[in-house]
Amino acid sequence: MSNSVTAEQPAIWLQGAGCSGCSVSLLNAVSPSIRNVLIDEVIPGKHVNLRVHATVMAGQGDAVVEVMEDTARECKGGYLLLVEGSIPTADGGVYCEIGEKDGKGITVATWLKELAADAAAVISVGTCSSFGGIPAGKPNPTGAKSVKAVLDEAKIDVPVINVPGCPPHPDWVTGTLAQVLIGGLPGPDDLDDDLRPLAFYGSLIHENCPRRAYFDEGKFAKKFGDPGCLHELGCKGPVTYADCPTRLWNGGVNWCVGAGGPCMGCTQPEFPDLVSPLYEKLSDVDLPTIGDYWRSE
Amino acid sequence: MGKIVIDPITRIEGHMKIEAVVDGGEVKEANSSGMLFRGFELILNGRDPRDANRLTQRVCGVCPTSHATASALNIDSAFGLADKIPDNGRILRNLILGSNYLQSHILHFYHLAALDYVDVTKVADYDGTDPDMLAVKKFIERGALAPFVPRYEGDYRLPKEVDQAAASHYLLALHMRRKCHELLATFGGRGPHSCATVPGGVTEVPTVDKIASFLWRVNELRNFIDNVYVPDILAVAKAYSDYFEIGGGAERFLSYGAFDLDGKEADLTKRERLHKNGSVGTDLGAEPLDPSKITEFVRHSWFADSSTGKHPSQGKTSPEPGKKGGYSWIKSPRYNGEVHEVGPLARMVASYAQGQETVKTLVDSVLGEFNAQPAVLFSVLGRHAARALETKLVADAMAEWVLELKVGEPVSVEAPVPEEGEGMGIVGAPRGALGHWMKVKDHKIENYQLVVPTTWNASPKDDNDQPGPIEQALIGTKVKDESNPFELVRIVRSFDPCLACAVHAVTPKGRTLAGYRIA
Repeated sequence: MSNSVTAEQPAIWLQGAGCSGCSVSLLNAVSPSIRNVLIDEVIPGKHVNLRVHATVMAGQGDAVVEVMEDTARECKGGYLLLVEGSIPTADGGVYCEIGEKDGKGITVATWLKELAADAAAVISVGTCSSFGGIPAGKPNPTGAKSVKAVLDEAKIDVPVINVPGCPPHPDWVTGTLAQVLIGGLPGPDDLDDDLRPLAFYGSLIHENCPRRAYFDEGKFAKKFGDPGCLHELGCKGPVTYADCPTRLWNGGVNWCVGAGGPCMGCTQPEFPDLVSPLYEKLSDVDLPTIGDYWRSE
Repeated sequence: MGKIVIDPITRIEGHMKIEAVVDGGEVKEANSSGMLFRGFELILNGRDPRDANRLTQRVCGVCPTSHATASALNIDSAFGLADKIPDNGRILRNLILGSNYLQSHILHFYHLAALDYVDVTKVADYDGTDPDMLAVKKFIERGALAPFVPRYEGDYRLPKEVDQAAASHYLLALHMRRKCHELLATFGGRGPHSCATVPGGVTEVPTVDKIASFLWRVNELRNFIDNVYVPDILAVAKAYSDYFEIGGGAERFLSYGAFDLDGKEADLTKRERLHKNGSVGTDLGAEPLDPSKITEFVRHSWFADSSTGKHPSQGKTSPEPGKKGGYSWIKSPRYNGEVHEVGPLARMVASYAQGQETVKTLVDSVLGEFNAQPAVLFSVLGRHAARALETKLVADAMAEWVLELKVGEPVSVEAPVPEEGEGMGIVGAPRGALGHWMKVKDHKIENYQLVVPTTWNASPKDDNDQPGPIEQALIGTKVKDESNPFELVRIVRSFDPCLACAVHAVTPKGRTLAGYRIA
């Protein structure tokens, strides 16, 4: 990896079946900010050359297709491919197309396979590209799959890092980028079984939740706005790996549980089907506890 | 006769393609197409109705808050709670939605639209000492100019100093847009995809420190809007004043109103809102909103003709891929059978025509600046100006609303799922009129339908062959240079299209799409 990272680190951001929320979340990055990432040397001596990002790039139409093809050719083995959104695979993948060639649309599945094959690494940004997400929710009308699943099926062997979240915290994205730029690709010990960097997804929301004491004492909010643990309002914190309670969101202003909103498990492969109904209490899960309330049950 | 195909259209939300048939340098025909389909309504069916509140936000990451608000109003009404939301809940919903208005509008002008007017590379000649500008200059000197180049060339007109100032405002606006989401998170938990607007009210509780923090965050943004955003719009308008004359399009405008000022009126069409609702013509004649007049047509969409002309609450989706005469997965919503544009311009015009005082003052001040009549509003620059003025309108109102919060008063009521129910939630989203409709049966979603702003604006021709608003805005446009069709992308972007929204709305039950191109 160290050979492939140059002063100008070329990168392509591919958007599949998603909502652009991951991109908008990345715009919320504080330090480094999105301006640091786009304009400045984000690491001294290194600049991210973001050649394609449909939401920010000036160019359009054929120029987008050309830049993607040129990057794959000119920077073979040396560019980063960031993917937002899941990959529709049903019916030849026609449910998501970007650009055209000889009057025919190019599916995002085709782009993914073409661009991933020659990338230094693929970073799946968000839960859709990491695990399928909402588009893959029952009944999965478009055959939406994760990036990793599509690449495995096509037998394309390229390092994949998953940075899930609906949306992911901007630090998780910039932090993963920083790791790659400074230290090279993460090793197996740096990622969990779902290929998530342990630096961000190493512990459960429940383990660090400021409302944890309420849980251990059995004090539960009954309706929104009540003080207490949000367990009975459907909080999925006990089964969700992410550092939201300590990192906080939007420059440290707040976070879901901080605002009285139950965690919906959005960083998990199980999202959304297996954490639904979202506002119903978790059942059949071993809940880690330290308080007397639970021992007496 | 030639055809200009722009695929993908960038700097919008989502996947969009534009085809324009050009003859003698003038657009004769235009088709707009969405290129992504996820099947949201299919995914919603059978789920807990409350989950629509979280899931529909993921229709669009740029304006999730609008879907949160529309779905909450929809669920409130289906659950019989429409007139029971506490005032704190109503105000907090407005503050959360308003924060995202500011975010969305600032993002749209500076980061989506401005690169069509502002030449960032002119910063190469910068000879001042501003560290931000020097950072951009250094970036240009390094030579890797993505994502600002490649681009269309040949029509960047701003004088060097104005251009350089606008480029520095592009960077400043990155910070300011981010601060809008920090504002949102104060009561919304996080942004995008906030957790706080829920059926029955809001989850976050107002406290004095949060109220003070919110007030001064919004005041900082008001300063930016008044002293940077609005003046920049005027500067661009002066250099590109011919864009007051092109890109008009539809002759009627639809507004659902926006921002509830009253929570006790269960009928959303009668509820007092900051923005007035109604259907308005270019003659500024306004009729009050009647949602029963909304119908969706499918003659030029890939759906069976038998499903045409239905109200969204009765919406049926019978896909027929490759249907003769069809060219889009977007249906054609019409109001009273007529083509209506939606968005900030439609809302500002609806409020202006009905004498909303603040809106009248704002709009008249800009018209005065150009010594112009209201007719110039129906144009590319009119849309940008309306969006900027609306940003000011909403930000100023938010600074007042936040002080109406009552610490210690409730923010929500319990919202148990009824066995059966029927709901409607209509709001003004940043991009325009947004409607959610739902039927609940056996405590589950039986049918969920969304008619979103870009479905109105990017719709194909309807059963009477009336082209949609974006198509109408393109037709008749003179294109100076067909390999750099600035005019077309400037027109399309002035609508601030959101394709993830527009194309979510199809539900192909028979999956017989192989062999056909979704375009």
